[in-house]
Amino acid sequence: MINGTNSNGTERQPIIELSGVRKVYGSGTAAMEALRGVDLRIYPGEFVAVMGPSGSGKSTCMNIVGCLDTPTSGAYRFCGVEVGDLTRNQRALLRRHYLGFVFQGYNLLNRTSALENIELPLIYRGVTVRSRHQQARQAMEVVGLTGWQHHTPGELSGGQQQRVAIARAIVTQPLVLLADEPTGNLDSARSIEIMELLTSLNENQGITIVMVTHEPDMAEYATRTVHFKDGLISTDHSHKENA
Amino acid sequence: MLGNALLLALRELRRNVMRSFLTMLGIIIGVAAVIILVTLGGGATKQVTEQISSLGSNLMMVVPGKRMGPGQGSSSAPFKLADAEAIEREISGLRAVAPASSAMVTAVLGNENWSSTVTGTTASYFDVLNRRIQEGRIFSQSEARSGVSVCIIGETIRNKLFGGQDPIGNKIRLGNISCEVIGLLAEKGQNTMGQDQDDIVIMPLRTFQRRIAGNEDISLIQVSVKDGISTDKAKVDIGRLMRVRRHLSASEDDNFSVMDLKEISTMLSGTTKVLTGLLGAVAAVSLLVGGIGIMNIMLVSVTERTREIGTRLAIGALEREVLLQFLVEAVVLSCSGGLIGIVLALTVSLGLSSLLQIPFVFNAPIVVVGFVFSGAIGVVFGYFPARKAAQLDPIEALRHE
Repeated sequence: MINGTNSNGTERQPIIELSGVRKVYGSGTAAMEALRGVDLRIYPGEFVAVMGPSGSGKSTCMNIVGCLDTPTSGAYRFCGVEVGDLTRNQRALLRRHYLGFVFQGYNLLNRTSALENIELPLIYRGVTVRSRHQQARQAMEVVGLTGWQHHTPGELSGGQQQRVAIARAIVTQPLVLLADEPTGNLDSARSIEIMELLTSLNENQGITIVMVTHEPDMAEYATRTVHFKDGLISTDHSHKENA
Repeated sequence: MLGNALLLALRELRRNVMRSFLTMLGIIIGVAAVIILVTLGGGATKQVTEQISSLGSNLMMVVPGKRMGPGQGSSSAPFKLADAEAIEREISGLRAVAPASSAMVTAVLGNENWSSTVTGTTASYFDVLNRRIQEGRIFSQSEARSGVSVCIIGETIRNKLFGGQDPIGNKIRLGNISCEVIGLLAEKGQNTMGQDQDDIVIMPLRTFQRRIAGNEDISLIQVSVKDGISTDKAKVDIGRLMRVRRHLSASEDDNFSVMDLKEISTMLSGTTKVLTGLLGAVAAVSLLVGGIGIMNIMLVSVTERTREIGTRLAIGALEREVLLQFLVEAVVLSCSGGLIGIVLALTVSLGLSSLLQIPFVFNAPIVVVGFVFSGAIGVVFGYFPARKAAQLDPIEALRHE
């Protein structure tokens, strides 16, 4: 009911638009084509699950979508901006202001409190100390970690660490949240908690989510599932359209 | 951003206290060595200058041989008594002229013996060098002329040979001759070169030449200029006279030197400077080695923290922000080393200067230079590892195990 708003008639701009994206690693005979012409459009408010066996190109695609990498050929427009034309620093600024990342291995800073971990992206945005604390506490509240701000990652469980990582990704209120196997290291009960958190972020905060997962159960939470195979999208179907 | 980098750097330092300290050690030792050497060198130079000016600003020395620089010199024919007499007779504006010749001789009294410098000179010696007699008398004109065995001894000799007793009228043995002590010099302490100026025996020149040296040589003529007379003019006049007396043609260089206070002071402090410079160079090398240590540990740190760097880059840190972070860390490391080094150096300098009895001269410029230099080492040797961190590929870095 929130994202099924294609009924108002106006043409919606895709937030992420890949057309004919190819990515080749190496050169000559050693060249390896990871993506072989991928077309993908993701609209604001979608929750997309990206699936596929390893080596299918889904990670490469996610790196390009996350502006960490650029296509060898083809076009990737983020909010209408051609990412391939940007410099390394410009892409960093794009990530800083519009993207949130949740990594598979959490990638939290060791021996640094949860609150400071969450504040990290705000530091690079130049947010003042006071509003940094405030925004970080809000993000902690959203992920249900109030009261844990002074614990370091070593003192938190896996599920809690992933919540900190999610709080760090959403504290800047990004347009798109990119999650790489966010439940990969968690048991099923924790996985369900994390997926419910992501679903609520998607539904209540309107954050577009692109999530890589191996588990069909987890993909169930998304509104759309994209399957990769051999560097191409094999299936792409929406579900829960009118949930 | 800089404030944050500073906070992060301090936190990293605290996390690895032992490692940080060992890394800083090179810088600590380097900075401390430089400052200690320069401070002690400065103290020694000050002492030299002070003691030379205590001699009186109108003293000049004429020595055979050409002084070419600190510690260097060529030997030439010694002077004769006639040279000193000629200076006294022909140069105007002089207060006193004292020819002198010295030798190391063992002084013996009963069971006690003590090796000392015996100087043969004229009565003018006491005038020229401001030495006063504490007890007894100096030798008379007639004693000087006839060359009788009388001597005046310094406080150190009295201590060694006579203990607390009155030496006047006693006979001591100097080498092969027996010599009556007729006077005791007032104490003067150490001179600029750390020599004990009271470890000295004075006797008439003629006595010395006949009974001890066995020749007519004069190794040093000390001259004091009258107040208000320029030492420069006297110096030129003496130089001219000595060239004539030593039969030097116009093309020959002087084979003697006339040194006034300035030159003596330059000569002595020049020696100190050469030493300070040499040791300073050694210290600078240790600073360099310290810098390499910092580079090494920063490279290790970058490798260890690859995932962290990847995370920072992925969430939007710019290359220069990562570069700054690591550069600041290296600079904080080296500057902390510098600060510790400065504190160490000042403590050690204070202790050593009181131990060596030289004045402690706080040299602010060298402390500042030491600190700035340690910071600069952090920048220079931290730059390469920091750039390595900044240029990491975030994808690769995130995958790093």
